[in-house]
Amino acid sequence: MRYAETGFNLEIDLTRGSIERVATDPRDTELYLGGLGTNAKILWDRVPPEVDAFSPENLLIFATGLLCGTPATGCNRTIVTTISPQTKLMAFSMMGGFWAPELKYAGYDKVILRGKSPDLVYLWIHNDKVEIRDASHLKGKGANETADLLRAELKEPKAQVASIGLAGENRVFFASIEQGRSSASRGGIGAVMGDKGVKAIVVRGTKDINVARPAEFMELTNEVLNYIKFRNENPIPGVMPILAGLGSPQEMAIHDEKWHTENFMWGNSRHRRRDFWNEEVEKEWTDTMHKARTRLISCYNCPMKCGATISLPGQPTYMMKCFSKLTYTMAAMSNLEFGLKIAQRATEYGVDGFSAPQVMAFALELYENGILSDKDFEGMPEDNEERFLWLLDRIVRREGIGDVLANGTYWAALEIGNGADAFAHNNIKKHEQLPLKLSMLNPIYFLMYCTGEKINITQIEGQFPQAPWATLEEREEFVKDWFQVPDEKFKQILLDWEPRGEKSMPFYPTVDMCCDIVDWQEKMHYIDDALGMCAGLSSFPLKPPYHIHNYPKFISAGTGIEMDEEKLTKAAKRYRTLVRANNIRRGMRRKDEKPPENHWKKRFPELEKELLDTYYKFKGWNNDGIPTPESLHDLGLDYVSEDFFKRGVYETTEGAPSTDTSATSEKN
Amino acid sequence: MWRRQNMKGEKKKKIVKSIRIDVDKCNGCMACEVVCSAFHASPKYSSNNPARSRIRVIRDPIADIYVPVYAGEYAVAECAGRDKYTIDGKEYDECAFCRASCPSRDLFKEPDSGLPLKCDMCSSDPTLEKPLCVQWCLNDALIYEEREEEVEDEPTVDDLEIGLESLANQYGLDKLTDIITRMSASKKG
Ligand code: SF4
Ligand code: SF4
Ligand code: SF4
Repeated sequence: MRYAETGFNLEIDLTRGSIERVATDPRDTELYLGGLGTNAKILWDRVPPEVDAFSPENLLIFATGLLCGTPATGCNRTIVTTISPQTKLMAFSMMGGFWAPELKYAGYDKVILRGKSPDLVYLWIHNDKVEIRDASHLKGKGANETADLLRAELKEPKAQVASIGLAGENRVFFASIEQGRSSASRGGIGAVMGDKGVKAIVVRGTKDINVARPAEFMELTNEVLNYIKFRNENPIPGVMPILAGLGSPQEMAIHDEKWHTENFMWGNSRHRRRDFWNEEVEKEWTDTMHKARTRLISCYNCPMKCGATISLPGQPTYMMKCFSKLTYTMAAMSNLEFGLKIAQRATEYGVDGFSAPQVMAFALELYENGILSDKDFEGMPEDNEERFLWLLDRIVRREGIGDVLANGTYWAALEIGNGADAFAHNNIKKHEQLPLKLSMLNPIYFLMYCTGEKINITQIEGQFPQAPWATLEEREEFVKDWFQVPDEKFKQILLDWEPRGEKSMPFYPTVDMCCDIVDWQEKMHYIDDALGMCAGLSSFPLKPPYHIHNYPKFISAGTGIEMDEEKLTKAAKRYRTLVRANNIRRGMRRKDEKPPENHWKKRFPELEKELLDTYYKFKGWNNDGIPTPESLHDLGLDYVSEDFFKRGVYETTEGAPSTDTSATSEKN
Repeated sequence: MWRRQNMKGEKKKKIVKSIRIDVDKCNGCMACEVVCSAFHASPKYSSNNPARSRIRVIRDPIADIYVPVYAGEYAVAECAGRDKYTIDGKEYDECAFCRASCPSRDLFKEPDSGLPLKCDMCSSDPTLEKPLCVQWCLNDALIYEEREEEVEDEPTVDDLEIGLESLANQYGLDKLTDIITRMSASKKG
C-alpha cells in the first residue's frame, strides 16, 4: 500500500478525449518526493525545450503535495506546473485553499493535461468517475461565477473547483487559475489552461488517505498545533506586524499600512510617497476594510486566517488575501476602496495581482510619455480610476492595445518599441516583480533575486530576519529559542550582524554566509512545494512550526519512506537542480539572473560578481549557472548531463546569445 | 449559538457533555472533520477522510455561511416538511442545522457502505480531556462544556446496533438475517 500519496495520476489527453489512471513509480517518490519534485521530473522527461507554452505537447500539471490530505496542519497546496508563455521557462505557481486535499480524497496525486480540446470543456473528477464535459455555456464567465455554476449544475456543494476567467480563455500571459479562496497566478499558467480549452477542473473525493505510522504522525501534528498556539500568543518583538506572526502576511487583518504605502512604490513601480500614511488615511482605509470584510477565512486544515471575504455594496462578494489588497490601489495611485473594487473584477477575470496592475500603470506611463498615442487609447475615459477598469477590460479581451498589453510589460515593450523598454523596468526573467525600489544593495536579497526560479521574491525569502535588531540583547533574545536553524552557525551570524559599522550590509553577512543563508531559505521553500505545505507555516515566517528537523519525521511517519535531514536535503537539492535543468535547457543563463537594474540605487558590481560566482560554485553550477556534470552525478542526475552534452549546452560560454526566442514566435 | 448534547453515565446523576458552537468564529478550515475522521479510523489515526467525519461544516463562503453540524440520530425517512432559516439576512438551506443521518442527503454516512455515522464524543479509553474536534479548533468555534445533571436514565445504542438497524431498514430484516446466516456458515466452513 502507498501511504500519504495515492500512487495514481490522471493522464488526460484533451486532443483525443482520453482519460487514463496511471500508477506511479514509488522510487520517484523517494527521489523527488512529490508535488513540485515529481512535476519537475515529468516536465524533464516529457517536455523538451522545442515545445512552446501553447503547443499541444506542453503539459499542464495540477499536483498535490506529498502530504496533502494527511492530517498535517496547513498542508493544502496545489502545485501547478507548465511552461510559461511569459518567461518561456518552467512555471510552478501554487495555490492554497481546498482543491489539493479533495483530489487526494478522489484517489489521485496529480492531474496531467496534454493536447488541446477543440471546444471549451471542463473536467469532472468524482472518485473513480472522470469525465470531460462541455463547457460552452461557461464561455466568458468569471472564474468564481464558473465555480458556483458548476457546483449547482453538478449538485455537489462540496466539490472544489479550479477555474479560469476571461483572461485565461484569451491567453493573457499573466492569467491566473482561481479557486475562490486562493489562486495560482504567477507565470501565466491560466493562459495555458485556456489554450488547452479547459475552463475548470471540478473535484469531489470521498476516499481515505492512509499514513504509515499513525500514532507518530498525530503526535508530530499535535506538536505543530501547539507551537502555532504558542507563536500566536508570542509574536516576534521588534519587527513589523506582518513579520511577527505566522501565516501569509496578515494583510486582511492588519490596518496599519504605513510600511507598505511608504516603502513600496506607487504607479508603475515609480513613486515613493514617504509621508503618505497619516491619521486621516488610516481612518478612511480602516473604515473601508471594516465595511467590506465579512469574515477572515482560512485554507484547508489550518487555524490561521490569511484570507477574507470581501463584500462591497453593489458588487459580488469575493475572497481576497495578501498583498493584492494594495497592488491595484498603489498602481492606480488611488485608495483602498478602489483597490478592493477593481480586485473583484480582476479575480473574476482571473489575472495575477502583481503583474496586472503594473501592466496597466505601464500603459498609462507610455501614454503620458507619448510613446503610445490617443489612437491606441480610443474610447478611454478621462477619470484615472475608470481608466484602470477600462484597461483591464481591454486586456482580458485582448482588444486593441489590450492585445499587446496582455503579453506583459516585457513583450509589450518589445512590440511597441520606440523606447518603451525603459518603462518595462521592473522585471526579472521577463516577469513583473513586487514594486520595490531601495537604496543600498542587500547581498542576501541580491542572490535571491538573481537565482530564484519561481521568480517571485516572496517565494524564496523567509526564515532569516530581513534586518538585524539594533542591540545585541535583542538579537540574543531572538536566538534563544531559535531551534529551527539547520546549523548553530546561523545564530552566530545573526548575533554578530549590526545595522551599522563594520559588520553591516553590504559586506556582512559575508559572501560565504550569504550563500548559506540563501541556500537554507530556498531549500525550505522547495521542501514545502514538494510536500504541499503552506509557506506561511514553514518557509516564509520567522520561527515557523515546520522546519528541517521535524520535516524528515513527518515524511517518514506519513509515507513510510525512511528519511533524515541529510536525505531530505539531498532530495530537495535533486529536484531543485532539476528545475534549473529544465530552465537551462530552455536557454536560461547567468545573463538572465539579475534583479531589475534600478532595484537598488547603490550597487556594488564587484561584490555582486563575487556573490554570484561563489553561490554558483556552492550550488554545484558552473560560472554560467549550469549544473556541472559532477554535481549532477552526485545527485543521480546523469541523465541530465547526458542531455546537456547532446544539446551542446556546456558549449555556450558566458555572454553568448542563448536560444532565447523572439516576441513574435509566441503570437499566434 | 447552538447546543448539542450527549448523555452518558450512571443511574440518575449524569455528566452532560456539550459542545457550544459559535458559527461567527468558524473560518471553515475543516480541521474538525480531519481529526474526527482520523480518530475513528482503525487502527486509530491510520487514515483520514472528511467524508467519514461525524462533524461536517456546512460551508458556503460567498454567502458567508459556516455551520459545523454534529452527526446525531439515524433517521429512517426524511422529514415531510423542511425549514429554511434566514438569520442576519443570510438564507440557510433546508436541513442546514439538522444532525440526522437521513436518506435525503449523503451527510453522516460512511461513503462506501452508506452506514450511518454518529458523533460519540470521541469515546475512548482512557477518556479524552476534550473531544478532538474541540482540541483542533484553535479558533474557539467549538467550546467543550461539562456539567452534572439529574436526568432519566436512557440506554445507549451502540454503533453496531445503529448500523444494523439502518441496514435492516434499507434491505429488510429477513434479507439481513439471511446474509448473516450465510456469512457465519461460510466462515465456519
Ligand atoms: S497559513 Fe494562511 S495561507 Fe497558509 S494554509 Fe493557513 S490560512 Fe492558508
Ligand atoms: S475546526 Fe473550528 S474553525 Fe475549523 S471548520 Fe471546524 S469549527 Fe470551523
Ligand atoms: S466529538 Fe469526537 S466524535 Fe464527535 S464530532 Fe467531535 S471529534 Fe468527532
